[in-house]
Amino acid sequence: MSAYKTNNKMVGWIEERLPIFSMLQHSAVEYPTPKNLNYWWNFGSLAGFMLVVMILTGVFLAMNYTPHTTMAFNSVERIMRDVNYGWLLRYLHMNGASMFFVLVYTHMFRGLYYGSYKAPRELLWWVGVVIFLAMMATAFMGYVLPWGQMSFWGATVITNLFSAFPVVGQYIVTWLWGGFSVDNPTLNRFFSLHYLLPFVIFALVFIHLWALHTVKSNNPLGIDVKSPQDTIPFHPYFTIKDLFGIGVFMMVYLAFVFYAPNFFGEPDNYIPANPMVTPPHIVPEWYFLPFYAILRAVPNKLGGVLMMFGAIVVLLFLPWLDTSKVRSGRFRPIFKQAFLLFIIDCVVLGYVGSQPPADTITLIGRIATAYYFFHFLILLPLLGKIEKPKPLPASISAPVLRGGGMAAGATAKPMEKA
Amino acid sequence: MADSASHAQPASTDGQTRRDFLLYATTAVGVVGTGLALWPFVHSMNPAADTLALSTTDVDFSAVQVGQAITVVWRGKPVFIRHRTPEEIAQARKDDSADLRDPQKDADRVKKPEWLVLIGVCTHLGCVPLGQKPSDPKGEFGGWFCPCHGSQYDTSGRIRKGPAPLNLEVPPYAFTSDTTIRIG
Repeated sequence: MSAYKTNNKMVGWIEERLPIFSMLQHSAVEYPTPKNLNYWWNFGSLAGFMLVVMILTGVFLAMNYTPHTTMAFNSVERIMRDVNYGWLLRYLHMNGASMFFVLVYTHMFRGLYYGSYKAPRELLWWVGVVIFLAMMATAFMGYVLPWGQMSFWGATVITNLFSAFPVVGQYIVTWLWGGFSVDNPTLNRFFSLHYLLPFVIFALVFIHLWALHTVKSNNPLGIDVKSPQDTIPFHPYFTIKDLFGIGVFMMVYLAFVFYAPNFFGEPDNYIPANPMVTPPHIVPEWYFLPFYAILRAVPNKLGGVLMMFGAIVVLLFLPWLDTSKVRSGRFRPIFKQAFLLFIIDCVVLGYVGSQPPADTITLIGRIATAYYFFHFLILLPLLGKIEKPKPLPASISAPVLRGGGMAAGATAKPMEKA
Repeated sequence: MADSASHAQPASTDGQTRRDFLLYATTAVGVVGTGLALWPFVHSMNPAADTLALSTTDVDFSAVQVGQAITVVWRGKPVFIRHRTPEEIAQARKDDSADLRDPQKDADRVKKPEWLVLIGVCTHLGCVPLGQKPSDPKGEFGGWFCPCHGSQYDTSGRIRKGPAPLNLEVPPYAFTSDTTIRIG
């Protein structure tokens, strides 16, 4: 890293006391980024952007929301009808949650395909999984706040998952509820935690970035950066590319906000919560459907709960489960197909989760659940042993320069010292 | 400090010095103290005194005819009270010997056979089963049917089919007269 220099006296004065300018220069301007990153690498910064949008809209929604069972539903309706631009803030927030999950799932599948969880990026991956868990908790609690029928019964079903644990289960559930059913104390604490967790996620994102900037970005070839010729500075190349990505993304996001704001919603959630009547068909938000399908696939209550949590925990073990030395799926002919099957499997699980329980649906759910775990626990460890990967290019520049990259790599200094 | 530390070191080769003891003791007290300080935060999330105080419900079901059922609220949950027909009672008793997932005799689940009192919460994931209204589906066993994941209960509220692990719970209650009970 080159030493930070400035002719501006005020910048210099601040820099001596708080080296914020050199840090920005180092992490957001000079930061060496592999020059072959494709558009799949836009989704991390997009997710970060979405987090900011969610916090901003959420803080302003909270100014008009009342977390009380008798007033919550009406306060949301007041936001929709009376508060200036309240409808916009709420629809941005509501659809923003769905968009956030679209972005994060894409970001995760990107990591899965290009082997971004492999050494030395294990910790980076784990922090990401923790962010994902925190997001799921935040989204779940946020969905309870409007206090509609789906809010109430979603909260009831999900908190009841914990009753599956032997002996302590019922105590945990009572503790989560602060009573003997989902009620006002539950709503109050969910609001409190729903407000807190995004800031926890914000902090986790910085840890995620800290780890990222230590090990640097993976790239579509999955090979290490070998020379400064393999990288370009983050600014202006990726700042502008990320901004372009945000522009494209905003078109999709705002199309939902303005033209189909309830596309992802359930009509039942516009009925105020009624603890005496369960809606005939309870479904979670779409982003939970694959996990809901896994939960229902197991005929045993505790088994279903463990499998559902296991579906996420298994991600933490990925760095060891995938035994292949090659990171990028681009050079792994069999993995490539397994990956496609895995995506299809996740979509099937999502569909099964959205359907009312019936014999065929349950059967499909069981097969898809088995395949989900088969992919991680058997296929990935095995593939690394039996698959013959295609030859890797000598460097990131090599495939582009048709051999010229080799010469460039030979004369260049190692990246670490650059 | 550094000086005394180097003095203490040779006194014992296996690290069992007075300094070590102080370190472990202080750490232990610190950990226990932090744990105790956390408890008020954890316990504040348990049901509050006023929530616990609302834990009894009086019900007068003198108007409920044979074959009818009512739903009352106790602790924020629905409680089913069904005035069972003689056939339902007979069926429930006959099923005592059936293959039950959570074996319990019908006689152990009622105080008076004609009045079945149950917490109307599916033991699977907490939905309210259908079967209270005449138009509701009652499942294959004439009791209750949970719409969420398809659990079926018999005329004694026992789980017979579906994912739920346990029978519908019988709340604590007592007859305060022939047609009134106090739940809780």
